[in-house]
Amino acid sequence: MWKTVIRRILIMIPQLFILSLLIFILAKQMPGDPFTGLITPETDPNRIEELRIKAGFYDPWYVQYYNWITNAAQGDFGQSYTHEKPVASIIGDRAEKTFALALFSVILVYLIAIPLGVIAGRYHDTFVDKTIVLYSFISFAIPAFVLYLIFVFVFGYRLMWFPTSGTVDVSLDPGTWEYYWNKFYHLLLPGISYAILGTTGIIQYLRTEIIDAKTMDYVKTARSKGIPMKKVYSRHIFRNSLLPIAAFLGFTITGLLGGSIFIESVFAYPGMGKLFIDSILSRDYSVITALVMLYGFLALLGSLLSDIILSIVDPRIRID
Amino acid sequence: MANKNKKTVENFKSESSPPTGIQVVLREFKKDKLAMFSFLGIIALMVAVFVIASWIIDKEAVMKINLIERFTEPGVSGYILGADEAGRDMFGQLIIGAKNSLLIAIAITILANVVGITLGIIMGYYGGFIDNFFMRIIDFFITLPTLMIIIVVVTIVPKYGITELIFIIAAFQWMSTARLVRSKALSEARRDYISASKTMGTSDFAIMFKGLLPNLSSLLIVEVTLNFAGNVGIETGLSFLGFGLPPSTPSLGTLISYAMNPIILSSKWWIWLPASILILVLMLGINYVGQALRRSADAKQRLG
Repeated sequence: MWKTVIRRILIMIPQLFILSLLIFILAKQMPGDPFTGLITPETDPNRIEELRIKAGFYDPWYVQYYNWITNAAQGDFGQSYTHEKPVASIIGDRAEKTFALALFSVILVYLIAIPLGVIAGRYHDTFVDKTIVLYSFISFAIPAFVLYLIFVFVFGYRLMWFPTSGTVDVSLDPGTWEYYWNKFYHLLLPGISYAILGTTGIIQYLRTEIIDAKTMDYVKTARSKGIPMKKVYSRHIFRNSLLPIAAFLGFTITGLLGGSIFIESVFAYPGMGKLFIDSILSRDYSVITALVMLYGFLALLGSLLSDIILSIVDPRIRID
Repeated sequence: MANKNKKTVENFKSESSPPTGIQVVLREFKKDKLAMFSFLGIIALMVAVFVIASWIIDKEAVMKINLIERFTEPGVSGYILGADEAGRDMFGQLIIGAKNSLLIAIAITILANVVGITLGIIMGYYGGFIDNFFMRIIDFFITLPTLMIIIVVVTIVPKYGITELIFIIAAFQWMSTARLVRSKALSEARRDYISASKTMGTSDFAIMFKGLLPNLSSLLIVEVTLNFAGNVGIETGLSFLGFGLPPSTPSLGTLISYAMNPIILSSKWWIWLPASILILVLMLGINYVGQALRRSADAKQRLG
């Protein structure tokens, strides 16, 4: 077990190195530099030049890369030029909101997907099954941003059930019970629409798994020993089919984080995805590099997590 | 008498030979009316969009700014679907946008799949070092946050237009195809007919593309169809965020992105809703056809 985990972690190191190099090269190619935004008719060109030299703009690229990566490893991604704050503190603030949304959605994904998958598999080829299959097909085919917009339009503007943007009403005092309720209330609509898109894979997997299990020997044995079918489902099939679902966790989390760009743009939710789009528009390249690096790292971490869970659940995966 | 006998033998033969390729697909579509309907509907929709956009609509007239007519409601003064902020006809923009989005998605699909399939077959056929080398690269790139990197690349490219957009997206789309084709080609290349070809002295190139490729065709049709749907989604998504086509060339994504303005989203539905519905119809239709094709490619799941 541990051998597989350690080997898997060791593979991650060169991957992270290549990722950082790739992102650094991309960032260097960006047109203009962070200081072009500061130039107004009144600014002294020499002052801008001074800033550039101070920021190490004319060093050879490998020196710049070395400085950047050694600082980044210590959590220092430099200074954001548009926000005039350390990048780490800006991202930290936004990351909390993105993670809150992602966590809430992951819980919802499992709450929606597991019952639907189990029901569809158990009542295979009935009306209920066909409805669930149709639902999972639509949630698979619909583009994320179209779903979000329609949800905001219908539930936010037409029915007015939910707020349409932000994370909390400004009028409320932090710390009060109402404040937290309001925060949760703002999370509901993005969270639900986010979760709907994440359920497809789990539903389909559980459904086919349970349909396959019906004809397996262990189910026949259990039946012939006189166990009622209800118990066979809840004790035998459910447990066997559910374990691999745990392995979806890593991919679900990375999928949700990757989708944060769309959801945060549509719901005007000030998380990392929105920060990324804003930073691209203002050419704040220290923030961009830090964000892409972070997302890449989280994606690698997600696939690591899934592989580890899978190797715990399914011993056949452990290759030595 | 002898003639009649011969005929029955022929009949018997044609009935017992397993249906292949296109026959299976046809049977599946005959059985699944909704898939048939989706397929014909998508084709009809695409043809209509191309015909109207190329011959009937005057692009200059559609894109002309006319501020007096801004936010005209649908049906008023000759605007079938109303007008946008600058008084441009929404119906014309919708059709031109759909044409642009579809053309870009088709180009990306062709480009990415040609690269993906070729590489996948080469990897699967040769195996060994070539296979390992490319698999390492693919495994790495597949875990990357693709959308973010595409956006970064889009902002870097100096002369940015439709061709550049197609190449940038295609550069990140060939990997999953290559991986899938490789896994199938790997097992297919160990079959007897491939070994027989090798013994006969057929060149590797001929074996790969005349022997192996046709045997993967059922899988490839499914892959290409589903990729096409995915590529429509990626292009419109990028345009929606403002990193796809420039606003002067409408795409379904740019039309929907007008909804980022809360006033338009809440009270000017005719600007963004038709494009959203069109995308929805396209995606559902193409994906449904793709699933029917997938079923016909797998004997276990066939309905017909």
